[in-house]
Amino acid sequence: MSAPATKARGGIGAHSPGPISRFLDSDLWYNFRRSPVAVIAGAVAFLCIAGALFAPWLAPHDPFNLASLSLSNSFLPPVPLAGSQWAFPLGTDDQGRDMLSAILYGGRISLVVGFCSVLFAAVVGVGTGLLAGYGGGVADAVLMRIADVQLTFPAILIALVVDGIISAALHQLHEATEIYIIVFAIGISNWPQFARTVRGSTLVERGKDYVMAARVIGISGPRIMLTHILPNVLGPVLVIATINLAVAIVTEATLSFLGVGLPPTNPSLGTLINNGNAYLFSGQWWITIFPGLALVIMVLSINLLGDWLRDALNPRLS
Amino acid sequence: MAGFILARVLQAIPVLLVVCFLAFLLFAFVGDPVAIMAGQDATLAQRIALRHALGLDKPFYVQFVLYLGRILHGDFGLSYRLGEPVLQLFAARLPATIELSVTSALLALAVGVPMGVYTGIHRNSWLSRAFLTFSLIGVSLPTFLIGILLILVFSVWLGWLPSFGRGSVVHIGHFWTTGFLTPSGLKALILPAITLGLFQMTLIMRLVRAEMLEVLRSDFIRFARARGLPNRMIYFGHALRNTLVPVITITGLQLGQIIAFSIVTETVFQWPGVGFLFVQSITAADIPVLSAYLILMASVFVLINLVVDLLYYAVDPRLGIERRRPAAAQ
Repeated sequence: MSAPATKARGGIGAHSPGPISRFLDSDLWYNFRRSPVAVIAGAVAFLCIAGALFAPWLAPHDPFNLASLSLSNSFLPPVPLAGSQWAFPLGTDDQGRDMLSAILYGGRISLVVGFCSVLFAAVVGVGTGLLAGYGGGVADAVLMRIADVQLTFPAILIALVVDGIISAALHQLHEATEIYIIVFAIGISNWPQFARTVRGSTLVERGKDYVMAARVIGISGPRIMLTHILPNVLGPVLVIATINLAVAIVTEATLSFLGVGLPPTNPSLGTLINNGNAYLFSGQWWITIFPGLALVIMVLSINLLGDWLRDALNPRLS
Repeated sequence: MAGFILARVLQAIPVLLVVCFLAFLLFAFVGDPVAIMAGQDATLAQRIALRHALGLDKPFYVQFVLYLGRILHGDFGLSYRLGEPVLQLFAARLPATIELSVTSALLALAVGVPMGVYTGIHRNSWLSRAFLTFSLIGVSLPTFLIGILLILVFSVWLGWLPSFGRGSVVHIGHFWTTGFLTPSGLKALILPAITLGLFQMTLIMRLVRAEMLEVLRSDFIRFARARGLPNRMIYFGHALRNTLVPVITITGLQLGQIIAFSIVTETVFQWPGVGFLFVQSITAADIPVLSAYLILMASVFVLINLVVDLLYYAVDPRLGIERRRPAAAQ
């Protein structure tokens, strides 16, 4: 039933529009334009990503260039307050670093860690899910048992323990490896969700006629999984990935705040908040609050986008 | 019932064994205890003697079995950082963590359930919208940021509440300390408990709301209305009771989240609990404490899942029947 339907839609029709116009014609884009929350959240998320991408060009100062820092500029308040300077609109921290620049660069690191760890979790989870759902049998039982056991522990605890233990074990290693460790730790803490969803959808897809047809003409298992089943199970993966991006960014910020994540030499938003926390009591609230605000805006917009995407791709749920 | 419990306990054993094995690997491969304990001046013969005394020259699997034996006797070794037995460190800090976690769980339930019921009944009132907006913010604010904001407002600006520590505590029995009995202990508990409970509160509120909306649409509610029962009876006697199964399950499972996030809250407020100890131990690479924490957490989570399963079973007896039916059909 589904095989001819797929062919009629995806095959050589009377007109074959390009990907962009096809996207502009899609229900998803229509749905997006109709939802004010989604449009605003999308715009804010886009601004965050653009700010992070173009941080080196947008930032008024280079927070990593030690030569440009001056201690005489330290602890400057943000602009409307007395003693502030327009050169540092959001104030400066204890080392005289411009907060706005530090936030732009920090957001960049937070986003990179978020994207990479979600990608890692998605690749591991989707791979496992396909294998378990399509292969079945012992592989299915073992992989899903592992996922079930891991799901009984909170993801943040897994990330914290994995990151903490690897960091403790590799105590002497260079700080640059921290970013790989944290991506690994957050990624590994989130894969079971992807695996379970993909396994469920794969079980459904496996029984359909187009998979049967592919098997009959002798296409190999891995190829059926990757080129036939995978495209049909990607919808839910996209939703989970979006929501997980917000979770991953918060997890990274939390780990960095606890002092087990990224080092102060390579500060993410969480590291900046941690750094500012020491000056909360001496009245320099802006060192903590502005990075915190940036984090909340970023996470909130991604969360709202994820919620919208879930409803749009799965209208029955709402 | 007994068979069900037994099966669940048997399932938990391999999980705990794997975690113990990981903890053991940590011990065996991270750092060299001989180098740490013997110091730099020790001769080779002294090192070999110490290695023998510690049992480190035995085969790998023998060491693992010995390690398991020691754990079962409560011997988790000495902390590298503090030089005290790990078990003693945990015993001294566990009451603080348990009091904080239980208080915030109760707080989340006590505020979350009424808010959920209210927003479920009055779907479109402005107060419901305010609650929902508030919950969205609660979900999006990371725990540590909530703590920082509360400290900034109530400790730094207003100066009403302490920002760190547990206040003065009272000893009950040999190893339990409580902050419930002193004014400073209670004051110190407020901010951490709100910080830790806020996320669960919003979650419970949304859950109760969704369940209430679902239940209020059902036929037995319509029938209860037709019978002319007062609204209070319908909402609390009929509707709320039927939302309790998922609420209990999720709250039980959220207890795990609370324990996990207590690490964060304890660090923000320098609360002298197990989570704060764990974070300090990571920074100091204090392996004995880390591995003991791993085993403790695994045991706690296995226990929580077991209890939630049993509660589920107790609240909704139909689940037991459904579980039996496929077996009978085969």
